Amino acid sequence: MAQYLRHTPSGTTVGLVEKQAFTFALVPDKLALESGATLGPVTIAYETCGTLNRDNSNVILVLHALSGDAHMAGLYKSEKGKPEDAKPGWWDTMVGPGKGIDTDRYFVICSNILGSCMGSTGPASIDPGSGKEYAADFPMITIKDMVKAQKALMDHLGIKKILSVIGGSVGGMQVLEWCVQYPSMVVSAIPLATTCRHSALAIAFNEVARQSIMADPNWNQGAYYGGKKPDMGLAIARMIGHITYLSDESMRLKFGRKLQNKSSLSFEFGAEFQVESYLQYQGNKFIKRFDANSFLYITKAADYFDLAREYGNGSLVKAFSKCKAKFLVVSYTSDWLYPTYQSKEMVKAMKKNNLDVSFCEIDAKWGHDAFLLPDTRLDNLVTGFLRRAAHESVAI
Amino acid sequence: MNPLRYDLKIIASWIAPGSKIIGLGCGEGDLLYWLKREKQVIERGIEIKESKVVKCIERGLSVLQGDINEEIQDYPDNSFDYAICSQTLQQVYEPSTLIRSMLRVAKMGVVSFPNFGHLKIRLKLMTSGCAPVTKELPYSWHNTPNIRVLSLEDFKEFADQTGFKILKKAAINTNGGQGKRVRVLPNLFASYGIFLIGKD
Repeated sequence: MAQYLRHTPSGTTVGLVEKQAFTFALVPDKLALESGATLGPVTIAYETCGTLNRDNSNVILVLHALSGDAHMAGLYKSEKGKPEDAKPGWWDTMVGPGKGIDTDRYFVICSNILGSCMGSTGPASIDPGSGKEYAADFPMITIKDMVKAQKALMDHLGIKKILSVIGGSVGGMQVLEWCVQYPSMVVSAIPLATTCRHSALAIAFNEVARQSIMADPNWNQGAYYGGKKPDMGLAIARMIGHITYLSDESMRLKFGRKLQNKSSLSFEFGAEFQVESYLQYQGNKFIKRFDANSFLYITKAADYFDLAREYGNGSLVKAFSKCKAKFLVVSYTSDWLYPTYQSKEMVKAMKKNNLDVSFCEIDAKWGHDAFLLPDTRLDNLVTGFLRRAAHESVAI
Repeated sequence: MNPLRYDLKIIASWIAPGSKIIGLGCGEGDLLYWLKREKQVIERGIEIKESKVVKCIERGLSVLQGDINEEIQDYPDNSFDYAICSQTLQQVYEPSTLIRSMLRVAKMGVVSFPNFGHLKIRLKLMTSGCAPVTKELPYSWHNTPNIRVLSLEDFKEFADQTGFKILKKAAINTNGGQGKRVRVLPNLFASYGIFLIGKD
């Protein structure tokens, strides 16, 4: 996904940001997980931009997708004395002064997810019980658990009301979970390119990705830390992921049948087509920054997510019945991972509960990835919706 | 704020302050926006065109993208005080179904449409023998979105047949911003009709 990201055309940025971390659930008060297991201590990495106002009413919580991190905008201070790193945060096009999520108006927090390898407690963290990495002993986590950990972070920051919870894809699942689990805390919410539950298609892709990791001999039942990592398995998992993030149309436009650095077929098994080369590049880039076990745990959490089962005894309408938030639901025409009909399902359930819901299906060629690309329509939707949410929350 | 179109002004004058309304085919949300600002209504809108939906939400309106005939079905009974269908009924495939839905989700409905019984249209058809094209109805037979051809009289009969009451009506002539009420022989001289309707 990150391959699309560039500095915003306007050049404005939040500037330098800092990676922060909060640790809680210290022994014996460990975090009770949905599976029945407990986990502690738990560390959650996060980033903040903008300034908290006097009555704490301008808080926006941004939640990232599967392989994202807390670094949503701006540039990190380098550890080596250089003023900044080269690449801005993953949603720098949306979060910043005067942007869709305007840091001149709002105090924006991005929380990393439980189970990730980007500074929060996950399978690569040290288990205080054994003194070694958790690896496969890390308990199974769910979207509900991730949100519970984010709630602990909000408590720590003294935040009782969130003006808007915003996120796409697996981040959107957390958005929905927030609205249902903590209805009185959430004033408004923007679930983007997401779903209330994975389709068989989405589970199928995740399962193939997981199998490719677990079939790598280096995976070693998860106990690979300190030794050779299951790089091949993880790279293939990422390649599969990238196929699901694109669309037939975007692949046709981007690659077609073009060859990479050659004009004729060479009749061998190397990467000849541009699309092959692209996927291999993405796979190899991913293994440098992501932990294979985290990938297994987070994809499983996404597959387990089912709002209707969890909160509505199978009924999505019932699941949203305690919700109070105003919603802006956005889907994309070419997203085949979480197609529009899935967004419409949630919109329908929200309407049946008489909730305030706005919905827009953005016409875009770029598949599931579209929500991360700069798009004036999305900027305008988010800007208008957030201003209304802020205005109407004051009126109440 | 831009002044409202004349026909929308009449609709707005019928809406009680602070009420809850739904606009069906709300376009860029001019009427909803005006009512929200001036009459503090709680608004919802349905619009099929993406660019118009974006415009509505950007203006701070609660609007969702979709087909009015389908989208209206999800709302619980009596969710609204008014369901407004401005200049859209003539484009609806099943008008009676839509009107019943409107009066299910709302206490009252507002419906407006161009009057095909206008003298100008009658004369055009009679003199040229071709499907009439006028300023108010600028389309040819093959590209018009107006698939339901009705007059003010037709609507009154339709009310009896479908089983709803006409609570208020306004027959108007308008060129957009300006306009006037037509009181003499409205079915012959008015270019638009606006009706406030209720359950029988």
